[in-house]
Amino acid sequence: MSAATTAPSPSSPSASGKGDPNRLGHGTVPISEQGPAPKRIVVAYGFWIFLLSDFIMFAGFFAAYAVLVGATAGGPTGTDVFELPLVAAETVLLLLSSFACGLAGIAAVQRSTRWFQVAMAATALLGAAFLACELYEFTHLIGEGAGPGRSAFLSAFFALVGCHGVHVTLGLVWLTTMMAQVWAKGFRDDILRRIACFSLFWHALDIIWVALFTVVYLMGAGGA
Amino acid sequence: MSRLQSVETGQISPIFGKLRWDSIPFSEPLPLVAAGLVGAVVLATLGWAWKRGYMPYLWKEWITSVDHKKIGIMYCAMAAVMLLRGFSDALLMRSQQAIAYNSPGYLPPEHYDQIFSAHGTIMIFFVAMPFMIGLMNFVLPLQLGIRDVAFPTLNSVSFWLTAAGALLVNVSLVVGEFAKTGWVVYPPLSELRFSPGVGVDYYLWALQISGVGTLLSGVNLVTTILKMRAPGMGYTRMPMFCWTSLATNLLIVAAFPILTATLAMLTLDRYLGFHFFTNEAGGNQMMFVNLIWAWGHPEVYILILPAFGIFSEVVSTFSGKPLFGYRSMILATMVICLLSFMVWLHHFFTMGAGADVNGFFGITTMIIAVPTGVKVFNWLFTMYGGRIRFTTPMLWSIGFMVTFVIGGMTGVLLAVPPADFVLHNSVFLVAHFHNVIIGGVLFGAFAGTTYWWPKAFGFTLDETWGKRAFWFWITGFYLAFMPLYVLGLMGMTRRLQHYDVPGWQPWLIAAGGGALLILCGIACQIRMIWVSIRNREHLVDASGDPWDGRTLEWITSSPPPAFNFAALPHVEGEEAYWDIKSSARDRRQLSDLPDYDHFEMPRNSPTGIVTAFFATAMGFALVWHIWWLVILGFLGAWATFVVFAWRDEAEYQVTAEEAEAIDRDRREAKARLLDIPMERPA
Amino acid sequence: MLAAPLLVLHGCSSGILDPAGPVAAGNKTVLVNALIIMLGIVVPTILATLAFAWWFRAGNARAKFRPDFTYSGKIELLVWSVPALVIIFLAGLTWTSSHALAPEKPLESRVRPVTVQVIALDWKWLFIYPEQGIATVNRLVVPVGTPINFRITSGTVMNSFFVPQLGSQIYAMSGMDSKLHLQADRPGRYRGLSAHYSGEHFADMTFFVDAVPPAAFQRWAASAHGQGPVLDGPTFLRLAEADSLAQPVTFRAVMPRLYDRIVANGGAPVRETAKSGRESKH
Repeated sequence: MSAATTAPSPSSPSASGKGDPNRLGHGTVPISEQGPAPKRIVVAYGFWIFLLSDFIMFAGFFAAYAVLVGATAGGPTGTDVFELPLVAAETVLLLLSSFACGLAGIAAVQRSTRWFQVAMAATALLGAAFLACELYEFTHLIGEGAGPGRSAFLSAFFALVGCHGVHVTLGLVWLTTMMAQVWAKGFRDDILRRIACFSLFWHALDIIWVALFTVVYLMGAGGA
Repeated sequence: MSRLQSVETGQISPIFGKLRWDSIPFSEPLPLVAAGLVGAVVLATLGWAWKRGYMPYLWKEWITSVDHKKIGIMYCAMAAVMLLRGFSDALLMRSQQAIAYNSPGYLPPEHYDQIFSAHGTIMIFFVAMPFMIGLMNFVLPLQLGIRDVAFPTLNSVSFWLTAAGALLVNVSLVVGEFAKTGWVVYPPLSELRFSPGVGVDYYLWALQISGVGTLLSGVNLVTTILKMRAPGMGYTRMPMFCWTSLATNLLIVAAFPILTATLAMLTLDRYLGFHFFTNEAGGNQMMFVNLIWAWGHPEVYILILPAFGIFSEVVSTFSGKPLFGYRSMILATMVICLLSFMVWLHHFFTMGAGADVNGFFGITTMIIAVPTGVKVFNWLFTMYGGRIRFTTPMLWSIGFMVTFVIGGMTGVLLAVPPADFVLHNSVFLVAHFHNVIIGGVLFGAFAGTTYWWPKAFGFTLDETWGKRAFWFWITGFYLAFMPLYVLGLMGMTRRLQHYDVPGWQPWLIAAGGGALLILCGIACQIRMIWVSIRNREHLVDASGDPWDGRTLEWITSSPPPAFNFAALPHVEGEEAYWDIKSSARDRRQLSDLPDYDHFEMPRNSPTGIVTAFFATAMGFALVWHIWWLVILGFLGAWATFVVFAWRDEAEYQVTAEEAEAIDRDRREAKARLLDIPMERPA
Repeated sequence: MLAAPLLVLHGCSSGILDPAGPVAAGNKTVLVNALIIMLGIVVPTILATLAFAWWFRAGNARAKFRPDFTYSGKIELLVWSVPALVIIFLAGLTWTSSHALAPEKPLESRVRPVTVQVIALDWKWLFIYPEQGIATVNRLVVPVGTPINFRITSGTVMNSFFVPQLGSQIYAMSGMDSKLHLQADRPGRYRGLSAHYSGEHFADMTFFVDAVPPAAFQRWAASAHGQGPVLDGPTFLRLAEADSLAQPVTFRAVMPRLYDRIVANGGAPVRETAKSGRESKH
């Protein structure tokens, strides 16, 4: 019996469905035995794992916020400082930005550089508008004496929301770099992989924002 | 923003930040002389390499390498060098405590406090972790039957960022100071108010920078193990080392972000006047303790799990038998992985959480002892019925089994809250964790290094000096740390710069003697490497399989070509190489020639070291509040990534003919090993 | 391997193996019991390791080579269940002893307890006797056979209040009010320390507990009223500023509610936003 043979073709369908019980077209060999996955899958998978680790980092800040939400040191509470209309505007801007990013993804699939750049520019502008709102909120709070040094609650608030804002900022830097890359080199395979990663990142920031405005703003302004 | 001003003296300079001439400890001989010596050695080595013309080779083949094997070797080399630094801290501490009965000793608290903080930080982050990560890097693709990890350039970045962190910690010896808080930097002591110097800042930035490297490495290796294995290698056909590495890297991905967040919070407190952990304005020091140990406990499993994997490989190879209870071992490993997140409170039973909470965490801590015990028994039964060869790696493994079990026992003792109430923070605790880290992680690193050395370099290590090193290390360990158990029971707490109880001194002198024996062990290891390199022609590993191995790395030549496998092997059972070898022995014929094909390999890249250069600059600038340099460093790092992203030639091709030619030599060597004819009958 | 030094130590005094009170006795019993249970697994494992390694060495022709012995249901059952059973037993011990010896649990006694408020300072211990109206630094006098109700906080960084021969320690943290209950059952002088590193002169944070007959305690408390300084606000600040004290000090009177104020203000006698920490000491 020879042990070193070439791998059996993974894509030969089997009537018995052995190794492919749901008939997804995997063939007789389970995916775990098909050898190294293609680069596209490996890159996206790895980036997902990184995103999960980023979620855990945010979880650390969420936990700190939950512990410190009552530690206002005689200073302003959430009810005092949160302006829900502004938060609503930020949410709309960020969600629209994600939508634009989705359109950019479709444009990439269609290989249309023009629509890609347009959609990415929209993503960037909406994202930048979101950041501008947040910067306004922060400077306003600091000006009123409700800065992060006032109390542990405010420290936790600024750190958590600020961490998200820093991620958005870095995302914008990445975004502009991607736009430049596509402009210079078109839709090469590796650039397409990076666009996929960027989309994942941008949508993940949306998910964090949903958690953030629920836990911090809605729950904070409502009853703290 | 008064916090940005130097608390000690006046303004900060826009160009130099808080840096002054007196940041260099001209008045303190010990660190200055030590730094001078090390600097001289480093410069001399670099000068020698330059003169002999090695620099282009070093740059091309090592510094810019994205080959997992080279990166793994560099991790281990860095760990070994940092072991010397951390161990010299240990010698200083042991000698100080041996003489400081009713005496100030020779190390004032100002220094002693930095030394024990640096000792812990260096040993955990820059010795134990790099050793394990280095071995995982080297071995995993070989055992998985593939050509490299998922993200080779990212791998290089990870290594160089870790090195940047190590560099920053060592720079603190010469420019400024290190933290004087212990290696876990509890607030309020680590807050700006109680630690106004730059020591804690060095700690924070060194760990944040190397932490990014470690996290990326975790992402890299998880993806590699889960998405890139040789054809046919399903999950239950992976070697045990791959399983423990999977658990380790899942832990890294899940735990290190908590460290990042926690250190960031302390940084915000220190730099921008936040109040996460301060005494005033509502800060909560207990929250830091919870957060840091929510990372800290998984961290110790990150350290030990790869060592468990190494022992599984070594014990099975040198017993001449497959690992006993393979599936049970997988279950035990993944249970440990999961449970490691549920025990963190046992690090602070004495913080007053109440009986219910303390009891709960005490019980979960004990539960982890069950799968760990299962592993020990499975190694025992791997030896049972085997034909055991007492090579150096096997000695380390047996030494581990005896030593680790004692350390685990004292851990379970400490897990009973009322026992911990009288032993917490004593030197009994110090003895326990050194027992498990030295007996487990370090012995594992040494076993792994001696076991895989021939694969990496093409020659085995000298057995005589290896064994001498082992015996010095193990007797030294017991002599250094058993007295600490006794002292803990006598009521001695940790981190004491001096003491006034006469009964303690004899035990501390004995412990100092143990440290000297360990020093002899280290000297033997250095001699072992020296002698082996001098004698490498006689120690050559011609066949690629010096130990009659069972896993796929031994099918390659020693050292393997950059691409590891000319054709990826097809795996059909648990011990892929053993099956192939046994079949070849039985048939008196090598396995069939595979179909060679062209394939791509990643190109080398300076991205790693350049990124680390800018990261180091940023870290140093952040410590000293040199803001223009921070901005420059950040821009430089970003530019590096852009340049990397812009390259057009990411890979080079290896043709089928080249692969076949290289593989022919490998097959001939294997034919000689198995004493079978190379040419098959027509 | 661990048992031998324990036996040696039994003659030695001043450690946790020489308890002078019920709490310390409880701590020691739990420790010794858990140790003996664990040794029951650990010693046979170590012996088996050495025995198997020796018997199955390659040179031993009498040992049977069984390369196919890679799985055994019986052994699996044993290696999972025996540790599990031991751990279940230990878990029961853990749960009951954690509750029995909880630091916050008052001691059962017919004797009226004495309350002592403890404030950890940089690098000394302040003990306030609110009922007696006096205070001491680095010397704690307690009546024998009497439960002592400790309330512990810190005026600085984290410390840990620990008297090994009297039993359990507990952290002293600013803004927190930790509760600990100890008792000395025999007269004597017992060593106390901080069991959590707190900075430059941490090693000097030792103190003495003098356990004396109850009548002697009353006499001492009464006589302390007659001499010594008063612990008022400025004196407290001066005390907090000093690095460490060469000799214990006794105060004949204490400003009211000093302890409560320290707790409420996060380690300072008054609420502060400015730093008054250790930079000045450098």
